[in-house]
Amino acid sequence: MSAAALDRREVALVDLLDRLLATGLVLTGDLTLAIADVDLVHISLRALVTSIGAEVGLAGPAGGRP
Amino acid sequence: MTGTVYTYAVARPFDPASLAGVRGIDGARIHLVRYRDVVAVLSALPTPGVDEAALRARLETLEELEAVARAHHAVVEAVAARSVALPLRLATLHRGDARVADALRQGYEGFCAGLDRLAGRVELGVKIHGGVRDACTADPGPSTSSPGRDYLRRLHRQRRQREGARERAGAAAREIDAALAELAIDRRHHRPQAPPLCPAGRENVLNAAYLVERRRGEEFIERARALAAHTPGMEVEVTGPWAPYSFVDTPSAPSPAAGHEDGRHT
Repeated sequence: MSAAALDRREVALVDLLDRLLATGLVLTGDLTLAIADVDLVHISLRALVTSIGAEVGLAGPAGGRP
Repeated sequence: MTGTVYTYAVARPFDPASLAGVRGIDGARIHLVRYRDVVAVLSALPTPGVDEAALRARLETLEELEAVARAHHAVVEAVAARSVALPLRLATLHRGDARVADALRQGYEGFCAGLDRLAGRVELGVKIHGGVRDACTADPGPSTSSPGRDYLRRLHRQRRQREGARERAGAAAREIDAALAELAIDRRHHRPQAPPLCPAGRENVLNAAYLVERRRGEEFIERARALAAHTPGMEVEVTGPWAPYSFVDTPSAPSPAAGHEDGRHT
């Protein structure tokens, strides 16, 4: 994968995660099981940075297990 | 549905048949739960016994997180194209449609206020990258007889140059931000993106989202491009239009920003 293609893909995902993890309506109710966003931000951004550092992990089909 | 359901957005009612070709998490069909004049857009999680712990574990791999994020986004985009959408935070689960209906009923007034506020408006993202890390390639300066002292002086100078570059980039970004805010109804600053996610040698000095009237979207993008062209050394990247992810938690009071028009949008 070329650097440019990697950039485009990464940037789109990171922009999406900025929105999906840090913002968004919390549908309240005592039975809601919304995942705690703070944990998830840390998990996901660490994963993202790690995978970019290694330049691996995103070339395969989305949703596939490595 | 009595199993676990995943909710993507709250919206004004629209024809659910128009979402027949749209699939949610794990390819599931989308359905609506209605309370008065608001709907929740959701799908059943197909795997029996899926719960918070299972989904959380799944989201800890980047591949799965990306798949869920993209599926969530695709549904939100489809809803925003047909109605006005309040996107939900990623991974909102309830035990069945009835619980979602309860949540709609409990939050009804707030949802209506949010939907009225966001109708006819889109979110545009603007990221500004400055060449902060370029600054350390500057002239090393005259050398002295002491290589150790030269080295320390060079480090010191590089640090000052980098700090200066960061200050200049920050000031330029604030100017661009202020100019763009004039065209926006509201704005939010996201956390700057980490250096490994930025173009080489650059640092993210502004990561902002602006709520803009849909019909003024082109004008906003043109303004951003013009500002970028007038600011040497800065890269301005516009993303979107997005569903108004960054503005759903906003109080319904109108902001004093220029360009705001009072009244309900339908």
